[in-house]
Amino acid sequence: MTVNFRAYPNLYKDSVSLMTVSAQVMAVPGIEAASVVMASATNVENLAAAGLGTFDVKPNDLLVAVSGTEEACDAALAKADELLKASARDGGSSETGATQPVTSLQMAVAKDPAANFALISVPGDYAAAEAMKALHLGMDVMVFSDNVPVASELALKHYADAQGLMVMGPDCGTAIVNGIPLGFANVVRRGPIGVVGASGTGTQEVTVRIHQLGSGVSQALGTGGHDLSEAIGGISMLHGLKALDEDPMTEVIVLISKPPAAEIAAKVLGLAEASAKPVVAIFLGADPATITRNGVHGAAYLAQAADMAVGLLKGGKSGTGTITIKPEQRRKLEDIARGMAAGQTFVRGVFCGGTFCFEAQLIHAAAGHTGHSNAPTEGNGKLADIRKSIGNTILDMGDDEFTQGRPHPMIDPSLRDARVRDEAADPSTAVVLFDVVLGYGATLDPISGLIGVIGNAASKAKAQGRKVAFIGHVCGTDQDPQNRAAIIQSLQSAGVMVASSNAEAAVWSAAILSARQGAAA
Amino acid sequence: MKSLFERDMSVINVGLQSFADNVAAAGGTVTNLAWVPPAGADAALGWTLAGLVGDPRIEAANRIAYDRYLAAQPRLIDLILAREAMPGLSGDNRRILHSGPPIAWADMCGPQQGAIAGAIVYEGWADTIPAAEAMAAAGEVTLEPCHHHGAVGPMAGIISPSMPVWVVENAEAGNRAFCNLNEGLGKVLRFGANSPEVLDRLTWLGTEFFGVMQAAVRGLEDKNLKPMMAQALHMGDELHNRNAAASALLFKRLVLSLGKLDLDSDAVNRALTFIAGNDHFFLNISMAASKSMSDAAHGVPGSSMVTVMARNGVNFGIRLSGTGEQWFQAPANPVDGLYFPGYSVADAAADLGDSAITETNGLGGFAMAASPAIVQFVGGTPADATANSRRMLTITLGANPAFTLPPLNFGGTPAGVDARLVVDSGVLPIINTGIAHRKAGVGQIGAGITTAPMECFNDAIAALAVSLDAIPMPEGATT
Repeated sequence: MTVNFRAYPNLYKDSVSLMTVSAQVMAVPGIEAASVVMASATNVENLAAAGLGTFDVKPNDLLVAVSGTEEACDAALAKADELLKASARDGGSSETGATQPVTSLQMAVAKDPAANFALISVPGDYAAAEAMKALHLGMDVMVFSDNVPVASELALKHYADAQGLMVMGPDCGTAIVNGIPLGFANVVRRGPIGVVGASGTGTQEVTVRIHQLGSGVSQALGTGGHDLSEAIGGISMLHGLKALDEDPMTEVIVLISKPPAAEIAAKVLGLAEASAKPVVAIFLGADPATITRNGVHGAAYLAQAADMAVGLLKGGKSGTGTITIKPEQRRKLEDIARGMAAGQTFVRGVFCGGTFCFEAQLIHAAAGHTGHSNAPTEGNGKLADIRKSIGNTILDMGDDEFTQGRPHPMIDPSLRDARVRDEAADPSTAVVLFDVVLGYGATLDPISGLIGVIGNAASKAKAQGRKVAFIGHVCGTDQDPQNRAAIIQSLQSAGVMVASSNAEAAVWSAAILSARQGAAA
Repeated sequence: MKSLFERDMSVINVGLQSFADNVAAAGGTVTNLAWVPPAGADAALGWTLAGLVGDPRIEAANRIAYDRYLAAQPRLIDLILAREAMPGLSGDNRRILHSGPPIAWADMCGPQQGAIAGAIVYEGWADTIPAAEAMAAAGEVTLEPCHHHGAVGPMAGIISPSMPVWVVENAEAGNRAFCNLNEGLGKVLRFGANSPEVLDRLTWLGTEFFGVMQAAVRGLEDKNLKPMMAQALHMGDELHNRNAAASALLFKRLVLSLGKLDLDSDAVNRALTFIAGNDHFFLNISMAASKSMSDAAHGVPGSSMVTVMARNGVNFGIRLSGTGEQWFQAPANPVDGLYFPGYSVADAAADLGDSAITETNGLGGFAMAASPAIVQFVGGTPADATANSRRMLTITLGANPAFTLPPLNFGGTPAGVDARLVVDSGVLPIINTGIAHRKAGVGQIGAGITTAPMECFNDAIAALAVSLDAIPMPEGATT
C-alpha cells in the first residue's frame, strides 16, 4: 500500500466543498483512505494519527492525502486536482479584470453598502471574529458555526446588545428573517406568528407545523444552543423576544428552548409576561405548569407549541396541550405489536435532528421506556460505544461524535441509512423510529437510500420471522425544495407509518413498546 | 434586529456556498464571500483585527491622515548636498543612509554593501574599496535607513553627505523629503557597483552636474509636481518602473529654466545629454514627491494607514501612520519577473530599495493600469494591469482624485493602504520592482512584480491594537 499527498499553498475551500471532493476521491477504485482538508494543526495531527503521513504545511494550505495502491493514489490525486481546479475557475477572477474576488466582509460592504445581515458558517476558530466585524459594520448576524469560545460569544452579544443588534448563534442552525430562509430552514408562509428558538430542529418543527395548520410565520429567530446558559444569560432570546414584541406583523410569539437555568427562565418568562402579545413557551422537558403564567402558555411538545400558537390566533384558545392516539390508530399499533416475534422489545431511534432525538427520549421516558443515547436526556444512560445500541436506544446522528469529518446527516443521510439497516437487523428491535428533515440546506434526496434499506430490512426480517415497525416523521412543508407529498407516499409504500409530528411518532412508538411489554408480561 | 424587519434584507454569506445559493433561490439579495481565514489563519490575531474593524478612533484618525495625504502639494524646490539637507549628515558625521528598514552591515545584501563601500571611498573616508569595507565592518561609519532622515533612495538607496539630493517640499504642511540623483542604468552605485567609472560619475554628478541642476531647479517657473505626475500617468508612466513621460516633461521645464541662465554651455550640454539618455531620471523625484505626500499622513495616533513600505534586500519593512517610528518587518517575498538574457532567479537579490514609497503613494504597481507599455515586462497583459489597480482599491482608504487612471474610467489611483484591509482580505500590496543581481556591482538583471509580505501587516495590526489603549473612545461609542 502506498501513501501519497499533495499540498496546495494558500488555497482555501469551505468544509462542505472539501468533503464533496473527499467523497469523490474516496470513490477512486483501490483507494483505502483519503482526506482533503485545510492543513490546520488538528487536521494535520489527525492525518498523522490515521497513518496518512506527516506534512510540512501552513494552516492556509489545502492538503490532499491518500492511501491505497500506487496507481490508485496517482489517480486519486489527479482526480482531486481536477475537482479543486474546476471550482477555482468558477470563483476565479474574470479575464477582463472587471471583477475582483470579494474575500472579506469589509470588501463586501464597500461593494454593497446596503448589506445589513451576515450569515457566518466558517470554522469555529474564525467565526467569532467574522461576527464581530459584521457587528462593527452595523449588521445583524447569524452564526451557524459551532465551537466558538464562550468568552467570544459573550463579547459578541454584549456588543450587539449595546448597539441594538442581534447575534443569532453561535450554533444557530436555522432562522427565517423577512421570509428568507437562513441555514437549514423550511419554506414557510409569512404570517402573524413570531418564533425565537434556541434549538434548530425545534424551530423547524414549530414553523413547519404552523404552516401546515394554515397560518404563517412573521420571523423565526434563532439564539444558538448556548444562549440560555448561565454564562450567556439569554441575551439573544431576550433581544429576539423584544424585537418580536415591537414588530407590528407579529401577533403571537413562540419561545423554544431546553430548560434554562432558573434565573434565566425567570427573566425570559418575566419579559414574556410583560408583553401585550400572547406568548407560547416550550422548555422541552419542563412541566408546562411551571412555565404558564398570565399571558404565557406553557407547552410540553414542539407540535403542541405550534397548535397552541395557532389556536391563540383563532379564538383566543391555546389548545389542549396533549397528544392523543385516535382509536383506529391505537388498534393498528396493537395489531402490529401482536404480530412481532418474541424478543422484539426495544425502540431504536435514528435521528438527524438533535431536538427530535431529545423530544423522542422525553416522550418514551414519560411512558416508562427509558434507555440509552449518545445525547441522553434525564433518566437515560450515556451509550458507552456509540456504534452499539443497548436496549432502548435513541440516537442523534448529527452529534459531533458521528459527524467528525463528515457532512451532517441532513446533508448526507448515508450514515443514518446504514444505522437504520443495522438496527432493523437486531432481533431485539421492535420499532425503528426516525425523522426526515426537508428544507433549504438539507439534501434534495433524503430518502432514496432509506427506502432501499427499509425494503431489504423488512424482507430479511420476514425471512427470520420478525416484523419491525418503521415509524417516521417528515419535517417539512409542501413548498420546500424537496417534494414532501411524494416523500411521504414513498415512505408509506415502503411500509413506514408516517406521523404528523415528531411527538406523535414518538407516542406511537411508545404505544408499541408498552403493548410489547404487556405481551411479555 | 427590529429595524431589519422594516428594511429589505441584504445578506453577506461568509462560509458555506450552499447557504448563499439558498438565500438567492428564495429570492433574497446575497453576496457570497470568497472567504479566506484572515491574518494568515492566526485566529487570535483575527479576533484582534475584528475589534479594530469600524473602531471610531481608527476611522477618525484615518480620515485625518488621508485628508492630509490628499491635501499634500509636493513642489520640487531645490537640489542641495545631503549634508545641507539633513542635520544627521551635517558636520563631521560619518553617516551613510541606506534603503529599507534598519540592518547591520554584516546582514546586508551584496549590492547594499558594495554601494556603501563605494560611498565611503567617494566621501574620501577610505582610499580603497577593501579599506572601506573594513571600515564599515568595524562600525566606523554609522549606517541608518534613509527613512529615519526624511529621505528615500532606490535599490541600495545610498546617500552620503557629499551627494546632491532633490528637495521636495509639501507646500501644504511644509514637510520636506529628499532623494538622491538617478545615475542611469548599467554599472551604478545603487546596484552595488563601485568601480572607478562609477565613482567618477558620482563625482561629476556631485560637482558640474550639481551646479547646473541646482541653478536650473531654483529657476523653475513651475515647481509643482502633482500636476506633472498626473499628466505622466496619462502618458503611460506608472512613475515607478516607467518614468519616460515624466522625465521628458521635467526635461522641458529644465530646458526652459536653463535658457534663462548664463551657464557654461558645455556643462549644460553634458547635463542635458545625461538626462535625455535616462528614462528613469524622474524616478528619484517621483520617490521624493511620494515620500513628502506619505509623510504628510504620518504620525496620526490610531491611524492604520501605511506610510512607508521599503526593502533592504533582506527584509521588507512597513510603518503605519499611527504607530510612529516602529518598523514591522518580514523577509521579502520573491519577485515574479522576467530576467535579462543569461540571468535567472538564482542570481537575484531579494527585493530591494525605498522605491516602494511610490506604491505607498498610490503609484507604481497600484497605478499599473496607466502603463500598458510595461505590463509585458512584468509578465502580464493590459487586462492584468487594470485588474491589479482595481484590486488595490480594495485595500486602500480611497482613490486619489489628483492622480487619475484612464483605463479605470478616470477613477483615482488607489491610495492610502489600510493595514486592516490587507490583513482581513489577504490582498497584498503589489510592488513593481527592478531585480538586482545579488552580487555587488553586476547591476539590474530583470524586473517584475512582487508583494509586500503579510507578516508585516499582521505585526502592525497587533501593535496598532496595543496603541489604541492610550486613545480614549469618543463619547457614546462602545467597544
